[in-house]
Amino acid sequence: MADLPTTTTYLETSQQDDTGVPSPTINTRGRFLLRHERTPQFVQPAHMSSGPSGGGGENTLYFVLVGATCLAGGAYAYSTLVGDRERYQQRITEIESRSSKPAAEPSTPAKTQPETAAQAVSEPTEEPVSEAVVEPSIAEPVQEEAPVPEPAAELVTEAPAPEAVPEPPVAEPCLAEPVVEEVTPEAPVLEAAPELVVASEAPAPETPASEAPAPEEPAPEAAASQEPDSGAPTPEAPAPEAPVPEVSAPEAALEESAPEIVPEPPVAEHLVAEEPVTEALVTEAVSAEPLPAAEAEIVPETPPVTQSASEPASAAASTAVEPTHAPYLLIGGGTASFAAARSIRARDPGARVLIVTEEDDLPYMRPPLSKELWFSDDPTVTETLRFKQWNGKERSIYFQPSSFYVSPTELESVENGGVAVLTGRKVMHMDVRGNKVKLSDGTEISYDKCLIATGGIPRNLQVIERAGDEVMKRTTLFRKIEDFKALEKVSRELKSITIIGGGFLGSELACALGRRSADLGLEVVQMFPEKGNMGKVLPEYLSNWTTDKVKKEGVKVLTEAVVKNVTYKEGKVEIKLKDGRVVKTDHVVAAVGLEPSVELAKSAGLEIDSDFGGFRVNAELQARSNIWVAGDAACFYDIKLGRRRVEHHDHAVVSGRLAGENMTGARKPYWHQSMFWSDLGPDVGYEAIGIVDSSLPTVGVFAKATAKDTPKAATEQSGTGIRSESETEAVAGSVAVGKAAPTPPPQQKEDYGKGVIFYLRDKVVVGIVLWNVFNRMPIARKIIKDGEEHADLNEVAKLFNIHEE
Amino acid sequence: MRKLYNYCDQFCKDQIIFVTKEDHEAPSNAELVEDDPNDPYEDHGLILPNGDINWNCPCLGGMASGPCGQQFKDAFSCFHNSKEEVKGSECIDFFRGMQECMQKYPELYPQEDDNESAPSGEAEAEAEAVLPADSTKEVASGTESPATS
Repeated sequence: MADLPTTTTYLETSQQDDTGVPSPTINTRGRFLLRHERTPQFVQPAHMSSGPSGGGGENTLYFVLVGATCLAGGAYAYSTLVGDRERYQQRITEIESRSSKPAAEPSTPAKTQPETAAQAVSEPTEEPVSEAVVEPSIAEPVQEEAPVPEPAAELVTEAPAPEAVPEPPVAEPCLAEPVVEEVTPEAPVLEAAPELVVASEAPAPETPASEAPAPEEPAPEAAASQEPDSGAPTPEAPAPEAPVPEVSAPEAALEESAPEIVPEPPVAEHLVAEEPVTEALVTEAVSAEPLPAAEAEIVPETPPVTQSASEPASAAASTAVEPTHAPYLLIGGGTASFAAARSIRARDPGARVLIVTEEDDLPYMRPPLSKELWFSDDPTVTETLRFKQWNGKERSIYFQPSSFYVSPTELESVENGGVAVLTGRKVMHMDVRGNKVKLSDGTEISYDKCLIATGGIPRNLQVIERAGDEVMKRTTLFRKIEDFKALEKVSRELKSITIIGGGFLGSELACALGRRSADLGLEVVQMFPEKGNMGKVLPEYLSNWTTDKVKKEGVKVLTEAVVKNVTYKEGKVEIKLKDGRVVKTDHVVAAVGLEPSVELAKSAGLEIDSDFGGFRVNAELQARSNIWVAGDAACFYDIKLGRRRVEHHDHAVVSGRLAGENMTGARKPYWHQSMFWSDLGPDVGYEAIGIVDSSLPTVGVFAKATAKDTPKAATEQSGTGIRSESETEAVAGSVAVGKAAPTPPPQQKEDYGKGVIFYLRDKVVVGIVLWNVFNRMPIARKIIKDGEEHADLNEVAKLFNIHEE
Repeated sequence: MRKLYNYCDQFCKDQIIFVTKEDHEAPSNAELVEDDPNDPYEDHGLILPNGDINWNCPCLGGMASGPCGQQFKDAFSCFHNSKEEVKGSECIDFFRGMQECMQKYPELYPQEDDNESAPSGEAEAEAEAVLPADSTKEVASGTESPATS
């Protein structure tokens, strides 16, 4: 028939098949019609006979089919809506019945539906008490069929049940149309006192719990803050836009929620529930009567929409949740970070500084972990972490007791600002463009200025990593307080400890353990590939001399020892060296270097230095506009000595301080040379500054040592404990000369008792070691700063007055 | 006696000189570069070239950065700028405020005897503490502070 071209064509085709057997044909609808092939043929005449009006039984069929489908779809939609509403009501009543119980309930699926039932619900079940249900419905997204974030507020008294109903999958497309107009925020939202503690799934379910009592916003405050918002929100424009893009990722919900404190879901608040919000897709927030909610609850994540409005509000509201914004954010809680915090506070009155650290401890200093703490007589030293300095004064390794810091939740509100430490969180991702970071618990914190002071993690030997669990269990990578505690315990319980590594840490630990070895019946072995202790730092003759000293402390030193493999055999860790020697020991300490922690470089888009490792920064320690790096992780440009990366305590302090100054606008380059020191027991110690590399040519000027020239005497004279303290706490610029001490009995003649060693690069002094000569650091610093070529270094050595006390 | 020899066989890169006291008696003729007192890069002790107080000076320990930092700064600035005959005598209120604040944090600011004396006494103690000294001395209130430079 002419009016059904497709069918006709089909018929013609099949008719034209001259084999008589209908061949399978695919008609224009793509249907495989072998079976039905013949039918139309028989039907056709019947139709033709019925006349024009009935012409097209196919038409009718077609219309019938389509109509039926639509009807079915509509019916389904209707039933879903109704069913959803009912389910929703049931849910609410159920919640109410549970309201006295602390149970938290995740019930995401049910919640998603309500969204579609938006229109139906205009009445909030004005629910009582500690219950706030926020259901923003975002019509627009629905239209776009993007997932709609829908925080269903739920009673959250406890941590669990982060209710995040992030994005209910978009309802059926058919629903889009009907839903559009409504936009009524279905949810009745009761806002019992402000807390919109956002609890998203991942993020700290703990935080809400812990903050539960805290986040109480005075109702008036909430109301007040809401008012200004109501003005803003109505223009839906911003509302939908914002949410929509973010909505896409589940993270979005988390993001928003994290910053929480979204007290008032912007947008339609209040009793918007009553009035149907204008189409403007408004995500409403509701905050009906502030109820005296005792518990914090609700977790509306009114998504992004809230973000812009919420930030200013949140600042004002100051809920007790964790900070979402820190003017100064310091990543890492070590020495550099603390020094920067102190510097910032000194220069910017009322500064609010937030330190985020992976460790559970407040900032502490590392040098005593391998020195003074081991010399302590106090049996509870592992608990107290206090050590007696040589001068008798006791102090803790923590820079400041916990009362110095403010709580992170109070940071934004405390009057004169302060320093807060967020422990146990690691910064996983850094968004430089958005000036924010994301923590391991999902929290997001935005910043104005950021310092990266992530330090590093101890390196391990590949042979140990490959050696299996039994060996790894008996291996310590020494860096943190917990490593000190573990090793201290091991030293008391086991019979043999081997230290692999001959640098600062390895030698100091070897000496510290060696001193205890006699009392504890402990065998201490130290092995390293160099020819002597500190082989990469000290010139060979001095390195040999040092090795003898270490041996005298009770350590079995194996030089030129390269580890071939490590196994666990018969209850002992067996270390086989390349030259055939075998060492059987109970425990291994690997002190083979530090790997700078640069994981953030990827997400932050920061450069990593290929020569020295670490983040590459300029002479002012800046990586990018608002990002500085200090401490072990910073590969910086030293105007005098060139690009370098330094892993010493005083450098962490100096660079942290400088970074803090630059974060407050000082714009100073690295100028004040940091120093370092090492003590190999109480009788041998040295201080050094600059580039101290044994591969450089050196000139050493020595005098004989007397009993006065020991580290012990040095600190006694100056009255402080830590060597670098003694030379920095004095007002800069004065050359501190030690006071005269009573003449002690003369000591044995030693070849290298005390002296000064100059390290040269192109005839310029770039490094100086003060060997058993103390309180002379300022003059050494001056010589390096000058960067002059000196013809006779003996004359320069005279400046140090090494024979004097 | 002076010995001079090249130690290392192969590379001869490490020189050693032994000197006696007499060898070093004559003053050094090594030339050091003059220090520029207005060098912007240098760390300046407690008082900056323009007369302001350098709150970041390590000699102050953590006084200016702790919880009572603001009170300390107020008190000390007043004292520093005081031109009275008894220096700081008009700053009693500031010192009192500082003392009150410090009493709230006994852990950080251990109360020693001189702290409990009259504010003027305290002013003296403060002044002493921050004046240049041969040996280091903790600031009057005795805050423990880490090495900073």
